Amino acid sequence: MPFFEALRLALHTLRTQKLKSGFSLLGVFVGVTSLIGSCSIANGVNRYMTEKFAQTIFGVNTFQLRRRPVFTPNVPDSVWRAWQRRPRIRFSDAKAITEGLTVPVITAWQSSDNVSVTFGNKEARDIELTAASERYFEIRNLRIATGRPFTAQENRSGVPVAVLGDAVAKRLFVDRPPLGHNVRIGGIPYRVVGVVEHQGSLMGFPLDRFVVVPALSPAQNLVNPPGILDAFFVKAGSAGEMHEAMEQAEGIMRSRRHLRPQQDNNFVLDTSEGVQRFWAGINRILMTVMPGVVVVSLVIGGIVIMNIMLMAVAERTREIGLRKSLGARRRDILRQFLAESTTIATVGAAFGIIAGIGLTILINAVSPLPASVSPASVVVAVIMGTGVGVLAGVYPATRAARLDPIAALRQE
Amino acid sequence: MSNVQLFRTGDTPLPDVIILAHKLTREYDMGSELVRALRGVSVQIQQNEYVAVMGPSGSGKSTLMNLIGCLDTPTSGEYWLNGQKVSDLADDELARIRNKEIGFVFQTFNLLPRANALHNVELPLIYAGMSARGRRERAAHALQRVGLGDRMDHKPNELSGGQRQRVAIARALVNEPSILLADEPTGNLDSTTSTEIMGVFAELHRQGQTVVMVTHEQDIAANAARVITLRDGLVATDQARAA
Repeated sequence: MPFFEALRLALHTLRTQKLKSGFSLLGVFVGVTSLIGSCSIANGVNRYMTEKFAQTIFGVNTFQLRRRPVFTPNVPDSVWRAWQRRPRIRFSDAKAITEGLTVPVITAWQSSDNVSVTFGNKEARDIELTAASERYFEIRNLRIATGRPFTAQENRSGVPVAVLGDAVAKRLFVDRPPLGHNVRIGGIPYRVVGVVEHQGSLMGFPLDRFVVVPALSPAQNLVNPPGILDAFFVKAGSAGEMHEAMEQAEGIMRSRRHLRPQQDNNFVLDTSEGVQRFWAGINRILMTVMPGVVVVSLVIGGIVIMNIMLMAVAERTREIGLRKSLGARRRDILRQFLAESTTIATVGAAFGIIAGIGLTILINAVSPLPASVSPASVVVAVIMGTGVGVLAGVYPATRAARLDPIAALRQE
Repeated sequence: MSNVQLFRTGDTPLPDVIILAHKLTREYDMGSELVRALRGVSVQIQQNEYVAVMGPSGSGKSTLMNLIGCLDTPTSGEYWLNGQKVSDLADDELARIRNKEIGFVFQTFNLLPRANALHNVELPLIYAGMSARGRRERAAHALQRVGLGDRMDHKPNELSGGQRQRVAIARALVNEPSILLADEPTGNLDSTTSTEIMGVFAELHRQGQTVVMVTHEQDIAANAARVITLRDGLVATDQARAA
């Protein structure tokens, strides 16, 4: 019997026994759905982390000089307290590094805190106010949608101008153009000179609820004590140059803080690598746990299919005897039942892929997780689904093929 | 039986001898005892004969039928079918012989319940490796031969007992086998339908088909031109009937 005939026969059996086939493909279906779904989440978050997160929070080839790291998951209290005791980063530190670096870089100061911003009788609460220098926009990759960023001149003079995040502009001005109007921050009017492009959200956190003002504007008193910075950003032209600049900055800071060689840094030079390392850790856990879940459901799926096939062989003993008496060879019978189990598993996998893609779309729509289907997982799903079908079919099909036609025909 | 060859081991049958069984024995090892179902059966059946095999239960007629049908191989002896020695063929070769040379008709019809008449008749052609279109034509023609040209799309449960057995006969004929091998073909049919099916057999025989039929009913056996009776694993009688 040619392969095509076996397949046709298998599809026919599947069609005529919908309920039974439905149950038997459930295991593979669940396995493949979970495979595609979890791969999509991992894949989506991965892409987000490497492409968007690293770039928006840190910037490409950028490091930050800070008292403690930006991203601090699972830090013990003792470490946290040690960080809190460290000296803060000062304007003078930033100036010294800017002067001391021999690598071409651009730099920015940054200090932030949450405030309320008002316009007329409208108020936007819990807005991240950032006092920064003018290259901050460039380093953080914040593109201006309307208007302009503030200038170096405005920054040096501490002119009260503001660049609004998209959400703040919408909240305060609704549909009116905000440029040229004065918003109030800490009781002081700031002229709006620009609005930043819509940034969306990151793992559920909105990225558009911010206002950026010059580092030396009056608002500096709202975010930090005088002369203190949260972070000093340094962006180099390449990864190599960034590391060179980091080494130089480390040397400058150590000498400014009079650290002896055996003393550890009491500051950090943080890059997106830290976050990515953390993510890589999560990813590794995900990638060890997830295949387990998938394998378990596929094994269960395979066992279910094997049982159904053994049942089918028992039920259809007479049919097998008849087919043999009509000239079916062992391999014809083997192929028939293998085709059936493989078809069941493949159909299950196909439905699983559809459901997995649907699940991905659903996750994207209703949860903050940025899921995206990984093509590799679809390929793996097809191969695994089909493989399960073949493996689960081998034993029942072999039993069927070995049946003695006389005994099989005599069976009631 | 004038032209029956005196066959000796090592000989080759004459061309018009379709079935030649020479000293066939079949023993079953049932663990504690050895069951000798056939104890040396020698039979020759020629082209276009209509033979009934009779005998009480335990006489070995089912065993003989399985051997003739190439579903089983003898413990010793020779079996030649249509000029080919099949008694020592391997499993897959036997399957090919069953497919090409033998048309089975069973007591219980053995139709696939979920397939229509046409597909049931097509089955042997699938294993013969024929293309879908060729199968369809041949199967349709075979159904017309047994008078079911208008029932091709019917499933077995939509057919009467007689019609089911006709589908089974069409299936047996579709590969143009050397012999039609029927095992109690009327065992599940009422007497009217039995007569009808015997009519079909008679017509096929008249058209040149060799027919071997196993039965325990005298009046069914009476349709055949020759009756072989088995007893205790040996041929007891072998006589031609007056037509």
